[in-house]
Amino acid sequence: MTSDIFEADAIAEAPRLQTRHTISLLVNNHFGVLTRVASLFARKGFNIDSLTVSATTNSAISRITVTTFADEQNLQQIISQVDKLVEVRKAVTLDPENSIQRELLLVKLVIDDNLRSTVVDVADAYKAEIVDFTTESMTLEIVGKPVKIDAFLEAIDSYTILEMCRTGVTALEHGDSVLE
Amino acid sequence: MLLTGAEILAHVLIEQGATTVFGYPGGAVLPIYDALYQHQDTIHHYITAHEQGAAHAADGYARATGKVGVVLATSGPGSTNLVTGIATAYMDSIPLVAITGNVGASLIGRDSFQEVYTMGITMPITKHNYFVQDVADLAATLREAFAIANSGRKGPVLIDITKDAQANECEFEPMVSAEKTGAPLAAAAPAGTTAAAPADTTCNQFTPEDITRVAAYLAEAESPLVVFGGGVISSDASQELYDLVHKLEIPSVHTIMGTGALGFDDPFNEGLVGMHGFLSGNWALEYADLVLAIGFRFSDRVALNTQRWAPNAKIVQIDIDRSEVDKNIEVDYALIGDIKDVLAALIPAVEPMKHDAWTAQIHAWRSEQDYLPQNSETVLKPHQIVNAIAELAGEDALIVTDVGQHQMWAAQYCQRTKPRSFLTSGGLGTMGFGYGAALGAQVAVGHKKGSGEKFERPVVHITGDGSFHMNLNEACTAVTYNLPVLTVIFNNSVLGMVRQWQTAFYDGRYSSTTLDRRTDYVKVAEGFGATGYRATNIAEFRTAFDAALRGEGPAWIECVIDRDERVLPMIPAGGTVHDMISD
Repeated sequence: MTSDIFEADAIAEAPRLQTRHTISLLVNNHFGVLTRVASLFARKGFNIDSLTVSATTNSAISRITVTTFADEQNLQQIISQVDKLVEVRKAVTLDPENSIQRELLLVKLVIDDNLRSTVVDVADAYKAEIVDFTTESMTLEIVGKPVKIDAFLEAIDSYTILEMCRTGVTALEHGDSVLE
Repeated sequence: MLLTGAEILAHVLIEQGATTVFGYPGGAVLPIYDALYQHQDTIHHYITAHEQGAAHAADGYARATGKVGVVLATSGPGSTNLVTGIATAYMDSIPLVAITGNVGASLIGRDSFQEVYTMGITMPITKHNYFVQDVADLAATLREAFAIANSGRKGPVLIDITKDAQANECEFEPMVSAEKTGAPLAAAAPAGTTAAAPADTTCNQFTPEDITRVAAYLAEAESPLVVFGGGVISSDASQELYDLVHKLEIPSVHTIMGTGALGFDDPFNEGLVGMHGFLSGNWALEYADLVLAIGFRFSDRVALNTQRWAPNAKIVQIDIDRSEVDKNIEVDYALIGDIKDVLAALIPAVEPMKHDAWTAQIHAWRSEQDYLPQNSETVLKPHQIVNAIAELAGEDALIVTDVGQHQMWAAQYCQRTKPRSFLTSGGLGTMGFGYGAALGAQVAVGHKKGSGEKFERPVVHITGDGSFHMNLNEACTAVTYNLPVLTVIFNNSVLGMVRQWQTAFYDGRYSSTTLDRRTDYVKVAEGFGATGYRATNIAEFRTAFDAALRGEGPAWIECVIDRDERVLPMIPAGGTVHDMISD
């Protein structure tokens, strides 16, 4: 029991399993719609791990893909809260087993004559592409599932990374199903 | 017909039946005010002392009538002054359309005079908001705003309109009024453009199987308890609630927002539950084997301890908003839909039942354990004041409160028998809500005199000296429009609720809560052109209140009470009935 405040103290709960979820939203392509989604996540205390916005086949509709860490109950809250936004037409979670999820990474590494060939080996092993290099640096591009990107970053951990940039996840369901 | 944006706004207000508007003029709404001038015979505009008062008035109007309240303000400070009022309506799901002006399109984003990004500021406190820069979008946007405010889970919608969109012209298609107000437009409307929409059933997601299952739960339960909240009132489902509770003879408790949805004297209404609810009702929650939550969102003032709330009960929830399911409390089963429709489906699916032993147990708790305040003839006791108000003002009166101890005393003793007769800021807890809301309610119910020259539906504004000082400026509005709101000020010279917590949890260190203001309430009332009274015992109060009820215009009565009066009983935040303080 709390002894001092107008609000209840956070009551100790057994920790719940938080896992990464991918949420796909179809939204009206209106001014301010990204702010509405981001503001809702912020004020409800939901985290955003990555977020991408893209065009769809319908110019009036955009697709927002959000990845978030949440337990099952929180995930349902996120979906039902986001679904209440007037500008959101559809809000679903994508089953990782039944969807294609891709991310692109650009990473710029410090190299020298000795390192160059080992970096090329790692890049080959992960099917990463060399998109730029100078005598002192090499920039690699890799596209894949988020876990593959994570694994690749681990593989190049011993090198000095000058800069990196990840696009965040973009995703579609398998097969001929269409979100509409 | 070619009209300016401001003219279109006036036409849509009339078409929507929204002919009562509270607001405050300013530079960025000059075209709109010019249109209101042209339509002053149809649209009744009330200017308040402050935009916050206007927002609360529109909210009070909506709470009293169930119709959409409309508030109008200028850009910049006009719109920021609405913020508390809009947030108050949002937390309590009150249908409100807020219209603000903004600077002209060429001045947007340049830190122009009285420019503020109203849409960004109000995004988290509205169901939806709009920024209209093109007059061609205005009519459709306004109609959509009214529809959103008043459908599903109700709430405020804001439309920010640039000054040039108000002044520019475009073609306007009139629609027949949904409410058939007899407005001139109705006759002129082309055939087939009626705005009357069929009943909105899109929020009903429950199935016949859901109903059968919940009926079975109710049949199995030995000690069931209904907990009802403001959703019953929003959904106009008081009759259905009555029918269900009586068919099942099921004891019921309610939140502050549910006050009046079932009569206080109903044999199955066990009264207020939660932090300042009855011990008996809170014990009932502890021992219930089934809780049927109807239009109740498990707020932390009722579901104080989410881990130990109704610990022995299966919890079934009926709500219009799916996102309320499992938000604060994980429930066992949920029926999603308009409460009126869900209950209408559920009532024929249940068999009549009796729960005599369970009801008798709750009544035993009530008679043996409930807190019973002591009366006094010499000093004013809060419960005696509220009892006297309920008795003298009658069951048709509207009681409007501010926020603090007086609000809780009012909730405990107000004896309401009808929905929409107890208006209070439940969710946001907005001190300063009361006066504006009471003015809006008074506009809604009018002020006809009945037998004995008393007002037929008096509006009684119960406030404290802390809350009243926040927005007492609205006294000028009451006087200007001769709105006979009767304000009862519980003056304990302190911020009583905060002081009560300081007494209980901060060893009596009364930091910044001992006001001891020297306001002469009678003089201030007279200064505004109202009538002031002062009472120090219950006989004086009854005399003053009766005189005020028979008076002509607004009045207030200062009630001097002791600074150590507390709201009892009380469950501290995060506690359960086992932690209840009764002395």
